[in-house]
Amino acid sequence: MTRSALHLTRASALRLTLIALIAGCALAPAALATTQPPRASLTDIENDVMCTSCREPLAVAQSPQADSERAYIRGLLAQGLTKRQIEQNLVAQYGEAVLGKPPASGFNLTVYVLPPVILAAGIGILLFTLPRWRRRARTAPDRGSAPPTGFDPAEAARLDQELSQFRG
Amino acid sequence: MRRFAIPALAVAVAAGLLALLGFGVAKLGSSSSIDASVARGNYPPAPHQQAKLPILGGSGSESLADLRGKVVVLNVFASWCGPCLAEAPILEKEQRQIVKDNATILGVTYLDNSSASEAFVRQQHISYPVLRDVSGNFVRSFGTTGVPETFVINRQGRIVALQREQLAGTWLQQTVQRVLTERS
Repeated sequence: MTRSALHLTRASALRLTLIALIAGCALAPAALATTQPPRASLTDIENDVMCTSCREPLAVAQSPQADSERAYIRGLLAQGLTKRQIEQNLVAQYGEAVLGKPPASGFNLTVYVLPPVILAAGIGILLFTLPRWRRRARTAPDRGSAPPTGFDPAEAARLDQELSQFRG
Repeated sequence: MRRFAIPALAVAVAAGLLALLGFGVAKLGSSSSIDASVARGNYPPAPHQQAKLPILGGSGSESLADLRGKVVVLNVFASWCGPCLAEAPILEKEQRQIVKDNATILGVTYLDNSSASEAFVRQQHISYPVLRDVSGNFVRSFGTTGVPETFVINRQGRIVALQREQLAGTWLQQTVQRVLTERS
């Protein structure tokens, strides 16, 4: 192996080590996150659950029931429960209506199924109609340059004459 | 013919969406039918009588059907509700009066967590049975949208009177007396 080739290999090895280190630092929190569930906070949960009597997100609800629900969540947080456990506990206490996103079953399925179906239908209609509109536009005569139909040359001459009188 | 295919499709989709919206709204139900029937004196049967609800602070469950033959004053409440707090002593006092006449107050918690409800029952020295309606389906079948609400159910399981707001002691006494004395 020549001297320059050896130098190149060392440089490559150094670069690879650096890349591995940076990647390790970047992925460490993600790896931690997968092994340890994130610690829940009231703000985080408030955004995802509803005040069941006022039918609005708990984060914005101001009512005695909302205050009671917040106090209950604070109690669960103090027990060290995860967000998922707290949500399950809330469903056991208040029913599924407490969840901001309804469960994907029964009539609630429409919430998840309808938007993509409507989007797909819209795209489908556009894909079907746009080429036809473009084809029609291409084949249509250029109305700007076409002489007006049914316009007698004698009448045209008379029109020009009358217009010239106005122009002075 | 093909000219009309896309507009027809669009109209069909719009009609479908409207039908879906109508179905969803209709599913929400309405309280007006029970109120109107009671006002006409055409007493409707209490809905969901077979529905078993868990007993607050205890094991097991109970349904309205289990209480058939009794006059039942069904009171929907929550611990966080101020008017519910105000009417709790009235209901407890009435319970002590009517229990000997084969009648009972039956509390049902709505939109409330069990620990708060249990604390409420302890603090108000409530002696009548209290059930929990976690899903809210039982309570909503009565057209309930808030708390407190009270329904007086006769021995045949029919709703004969109701209050969709905080009740007054005189109303409760007079109504229950009337139902207790009606021919069975």
